Amino acid sequence: MSNQDFLRRLPSASQGLRRRDRIQQRLHLDFVLILLLTIVTIYGLIVLYSANGQSVTGIQRQGIYFIVAYVAMFAVAQVPVHVLRRIAPWAYAGGAVLLVLVLWIGVGAKGAQRWLSFGGFRFQPSEFMKLAVPIAIAAYFGQRLLPPRLKHVCVALVLTAVPAVLIARQPDLGTALLVTSAGLMVLFFSGLPWRYVGVAFGTLLVSIWPMWQFVLHDYQKRRILTLLDPESDRLGAGWNIIQSKTAIGSGGTSGKGWLEGTQSQLDFLPEGHTDFIIAVLAEEFGLLGVLFLLTLYGLIIARCMAIALKSQDSFSRLLAASLTVTFFVYVFVNVGMVSGLLPVVGVPLPLVSQGGTAVVTLMTGFGILMAIATERRRVTRHI
Amino acid sequence: MSRAQKLTLPRWRVYLVALVVLALCLALLWRVTSLQVLPHTDRGFQFLQNQGQARTLRTEPISAYRGVITDRNGEPLAVSTPVESLWADPQVLIQAPHRWAELAEALGWDKARLESRLARFASREFMYLRRHLPPHQAEQVLALNIPGVSSQREYRRFYPAGEVTAHLVGFTDIDDRGQEGMELAYDAWLSGESGAKQVLKDLRGNTVKELQLIRAARPGRSLALSIDLRLQYLAHSELKAAVRSHGAIGGSLVIMDVHTGEVLAMTNQPAYNPNDRNRVSATGLRNRALTDLFEPGSTVKPLAVMAAMEAGEFRSDSVIDTSPGHVYVGGHMLLDPANYGALDLPMIIAKSSQVGMTKLALAMEPNIIRSMYGRLGLGQSPGTGFPGEGVGLLPSYSRWHPIQQANFAFGYGLNLSSLQLAQAYGVLATRGLKRPPSLLRLTDVPEPERVVDEALSESIVDMLRLAVSPNGTGHRANLPSYPVAGKTGTVRKVGANGYMDNKHLASFAGFAPADNPRIVAVVVIDEPSETFYFGGQVAAPVFARVAERALRLLQVPPETESLQNLVEQPRRGRPLS
Repeated sequence: MSNQDFLRRLPSASQGLRRRDRIQQRLHLDFVLILLLTIVTIYGLIVLYSANGQSVTGIQRQGIYFIVAYVAMFAVAQVPVHVLRRIAPWAYAGGAVLLVLVLWIGVGAKGAQRWLSFGGFRFQPSEFMKLAVPIAIAAYFGQRLLPPRLKHVCVALVLTAVPAVLIARQPDLGTALLVTSAGLMVLFFSGLPWRYVGVAFGTLLVSIWPMWQFVLHDYQKRRILTLLDPESDRLGAGWNIIQSKTAIGSGGTSGKGWLEGTQSQLDFLPEGHTDFIIAVLAEEFGLLGVLFLLTLYGLIIARCMAIALKSQDSFSRLLAASLTVTFFVYVFVNVGMVSGLLPVVGVPLPLVSQGGTAVVTLMTGFGILMAIATERRRVTRHI
Repeated sequence: MSRAQKLTLPRWRVYLVALVVLALCLALLWRVTSLQVLPHTDRGFQFLQNQGQARTLRTEPISAYRGVITDRNGEPLAVSTPVESLWADPQVLIQAPHRWAELAEALGWDKARLESRLARFASREFMYLRRHLPPHQAEQVLALNIPGVSSQREYRRFYPAGEVTAHLVGFTDIDDRGQEGMELAYDAWLSGESGAKQVLKDLRGNTVKELQLIRAARPGRSLALSIDLRLQYLAHSELKAAVRSHGAIGGSLVIMDVHTGEVLAMTNQPAYNPNDRNRVSATGLRNRALTDLFEPGSTVKPLAVMAAMEAGEFRSDSVIDTSPGHVYVGGHMLLDPANYGALDLPMIIAKSSQVGMTKLALAMEPNIIRSMYGRLGLGQSPGTGFPGEGVGLLPSYSRWHPIQQANFAFGYGLNLSSLQLAQAYGVLATRGLKRPPSLLRLTDVPEPERVVDEALSESIVDMLRLAVSPNGTGHRANLPSYPVAGKTGTVRKVGANGYMDNKHLASFAGFAPADNPRIVAVVVIDEPSETFYFGGQVAAPVFARVAERALRLLQVPPETESLQNLVEQPRRGRPLS
């Protein structure tokens, strides 16, 4: 940092900061973000209770996950950003090895092999890679001149593609999609020249046909076809989407009321407590309930974007932006698929769907964002 | 540190992403909004709401309560109690094999039975598990919360009087539809109209909530039978005791109210328990008094005599010479037990002389007796509406053979049911008034039809009183405290090779008190033992025991000269069984 820089920062650091900001700085926390996350968490638990067949134990378990996740967030927020940058290659390498192991000795359910089991403790390496990939690429670019040269772009693409392919092989298309988007977002924010973006889009369009013909599994093709015409397979692939659209539609403006949704309470809606939970919310709380949740998500995304914009160095900025956009992709893909806008891929609704690993990963991501947000003080002190 | 400046990203890229994010958010919002609040004929929220309701709202029937059958005094004879029937959706149950053992135990089955039943109904969506369980037992099974298992409310019929009223009342099947007796005859009257309700069902078809009543079930109407349960019990136990002690294969007993035509008791042997129909045999099911037809034999002799007197051919003091105790008609020898010599008509009835009756019949136009029988209701439907009610056979010939003519007079060559015989004797009891028999309690008694002259029937009643006097065949029918009029009958039954020498049907028909009758009764005992088979030996005592106590139950004042008997007379019959 230059001397000038120091002078420019100093007044705001000593005088401009209000008392609340100083506390946030010291605790490495972002109160606005925590408030928003907490509201979503509580709202999510309320919906989950209804979606989960009003099971108290289910809510208790999810609550414990959240406690673990919040603890993880607070802990990660304390980690200095440069430490993250330093461990990035190791985390990435370790995660990649675990992904390979999953293909060999992984365990799973419903035809997918996604977990590693260590004496009763089950761990999903792909979740870890949702964070490790953007961190690694951001760290890679953070040390280099931007915008990146072709060579660096290629390296970044490989760094993204390797775990994405490994995850897609499990198969877990949803997570592969999220990991890919996390990696590509870093690339995009790094100032990737537009001609590369253009080439990428061109390649994508051209490759649609061969992808369809040679790469996609039959069930994946069916999901896409089902999206176009769910009625073609009412009891098979179309079942989920017909039931979820019915649930959303029958909610109306203000919904049928908590615990009163017939689609969800009477078990017509499959996966109502996991991937399709937004349909339960839509049926019971109506359009207003959906708007409330989407607004919360929007505010969280806006807050995170603000953190990304304010952050000091390119590593922090790339990472923060990538995490933010990934969060948005999460929301968009989930709501899009449940409402019949996108094909069905297994992406949970962040912070609302039941599940431990996803929540911990997400909150860890927010912890990183908070670490970035409160980095300023460390920077000023170092000068 | 100059690199730091270059490291700074172009902010517009972030803004671009933010813009894209915003656009996609709007796409989501539009999507959700269009699904939830925009009306659209095909895929709008109304369509989707209807879809949602179509999945969960079901209309279900509500079983109607079947009407009660009572006796004439309101004593219940058939009542419905609520029960639960457990059923399962095999498609759902088949997916929870780990619960089968538990379910089988709760049902009181072994697991193999449940499994074989499931296998049988594997392609269906409905199968009964157990029907007609007491509600608390059904609840225990339902409390296990096994997927696919539900219950439905039904009504089960109970018959408090059991076998005593079994033949008359009949029974319903497991679906509460009348199968026999009055339950069948008046099924439409008794069964109500099932209602409907709207319920909320989940994916597995379990009813989650009852939303609203669409149509209340209309309960069935109750039915009061004409029988008096007290008399019915009495008749049943006496008949049962008699049939048992004489080693008979069956029997029936009918008591009618002479003033109304109402049947006060109607019982048969063998009987069955309508509450436990596992061991019911076809022979036990028949309401013999109404359905079984038999040749009446001597019991119709007074009616033939009445026809002869009405035709003016004979008077009550006309004398017929019955010696030498037998007569040949068309190659058949007709025989009296002894040579009675010259008898007047009352004594022909009292001694039940075949020879006397034969000579009387052959002296007349053959159709005279037949038309008298017809006027008294023989060969005609009694019109009770009871399923399988017998009409009887009263043949008419263009050329009567003398033996046919003679047979008719002493009760062969025609047949009738016990009820028809009772109805015919009812005409004598009321001195010439015919009433249709009724199995229902009557509020308006129909106007009787006069079929016989009063004085004529009075003279026949006198003969019937003589028939139960110490000189008559029916002396065992005498009551201690009431005068009786009646006639015995003993017929040989028809077998594969004509009339059998060792199988008989013993009967007695009569009424009491003779001078002002209240009840008419017919007792028929089918195949009593080969040693005691005469109507006077077998059927008359049953009449005596039943009529005496029935009249007291009906509070008919005893005759004064017999009052002391009332006090001292020990009960001679066998104990009630």
